[in-house]
Amino acid sequence: MNEDTLLSARGLTLHFGAVPALVDVDAELWPGEVLAVVGESGSGKTSLLNVLSGRWQPQSGVVWYRDPEGKLADVHAMPQPTLRALHRSDWGFVHQNPRENLRMGVTAGGNVGERLMAQGARHYGRIREEAIAWLGQVEIDADRVDDLPRTFSGGMLQRLQIARTLVTHPRLVFMDEPTGGLDVSVQARLLDLIRSLVARLGIAAVLVTHDLTVARLLAHRIMVMQRGRVVEAGLTDQVLDDPRHAYTQLLVSSVLQA
Amino acid sequence: MSDAIRPMLRTEALDKSFVLHLRNGLCIPVLRHVDLTVNEGECVALTGPSGAGKSTLLRSLYGNYRADGGRIWVRHDGAMVDIAAASPRTVVQVRAATLGYVSQFLRVVPRVPALEIVAQAARGLSPEAARARAEALLLQLNIPRRMHALPPATFSGGEQQRVNLARGFIGGHPVLLLDEPTASLDAENCAVVVGMILEAKRQKVAVIGIFHDAAMREAVADRIYYVTPLQDAA
Repeated sequence: MNEDTLLSARGLTLHFGAVPALVDVDAELWPGEVLAVVGESGSGKTSLLNVLSGRWQPQSGVVWYRDPEGKLADVHAMPQPTLRALHRSDWGFVHQNPRENLRMGVTAGGNVGERLMAQGARHYGRIREEAIAWLGQVEIDADRVDDLPRTFSGGMLQRLQIARTLVTHPRLVFMDEPTGGLDVSVQARLLDLIRSLVARLGIAAVLVTHDLTVARLLAHRIMVMQRGRVVEAGLTDQVLDDPRHAYTQLLVSSVLQA
Repeated sequence: MSDAIRPMLRTEALDKSFVLHLRNGLCIPVLRHVDLTVNEGECVALTGPSGAGKSTLLRSLYGNYRADGGRIWVRHDGAMVDIAAASPRTVVQVRAATLGYVSQFLRVVPRVPALEIVAQAARGLSPEAARARAEALLLQLNIPRRMHALPPATFSGGEQQRVNLARGFIGGHPVLLLDEPTASLDAENCAVVVGMILEAKRQKVAVIGIFHDAAMREAVADRIYYVTPLQDAA
């Protein structure tokens, strides 16, 4: 493992019965780098995200994470409380369905402030101030801070989830189809927002998407998965402009040119 | 010694083919044994018939297309780095610091104003200085001030190309790759681009370009590199 690698996976394997979800997958992520994992449904990309983030246990293989002090930790050997603490602070997870992450009975401001309180923040005025600042970053008006998420549109919910995730300044964010299921115009706005926030805050991200346009806009590098295997990997523009594997060529040629 | 001519980019026996798996693995060789050297302050124009592989060569030099054989040496940070064999991270670093590229078309980033698109590509400048430089470049390329705050999605082809040029030149990269930078520009704007390329050469930038226009080529190029179509050679 390279000296400054943030996350490093070796030989990840996971089967559901006879169905391979991951077959001998290696992955590497550097600080500030965005890695897209692309492939069709069932290719294993979401399995990879769940194993990398410690949510699922692989049948074999290991995932190393380097903490801010430079110490390496085996993600799947961590005690559960340590892993949960990591997910509350250094890491973030953006789900395709924001309702999985948000608390629908708590105000927008409360949803953002909660992550800060979980980290030990106690000064109510400051938490509220920070929550409003983050709503601003994701382009939600400050006067919506006391509204419940159920009054928000799908795109606003996704932006609220992003504010809730980024408020603790994570070093690493896992994203599962963050623009899936949204209108195209809402998608464009969200993509631009994620792109500028990730670049400005220097966040590393593993981004699972079936949408090659999303990968091209957001990711430095890309991994193409098919039936649990990584069939091609490289710089995003290399893989998308000069695809070598038959499956990547099929994916790239299937994109409608707008 | 400081006046010695320094090669900035050199290819050795560069090969590139495309294998089309969706067409039964049809293999199309495009570049074979390309040896090209470009020195600092020099402009080399790639010529050859349409389809000969000029753009393929330029994209390979940028690491956008992956070479199948040979080497692509680029002077980066005082040493020669082989783009064809470098890790993705190294390629990213070489592009950030050394290799500039102006494509034929502006890939539109939704919602981002033209001025920001250009300013974000600046290197080693404060945000204010980058914006000031971006504004100056856009004005030099006849993009009026009232358009700077607009996203270029609605601009005409020629206007988008000029935004693209401003973005390519603002970084002041020591090696600049230009793919038909003036294809949709009028004579007045072509003259501006000629001036920018000549100025870059005075700053010792090595320029490699595809110029559809013979007069443009005459005005900027020190040498011609002819890309031989392999279909003809075979």
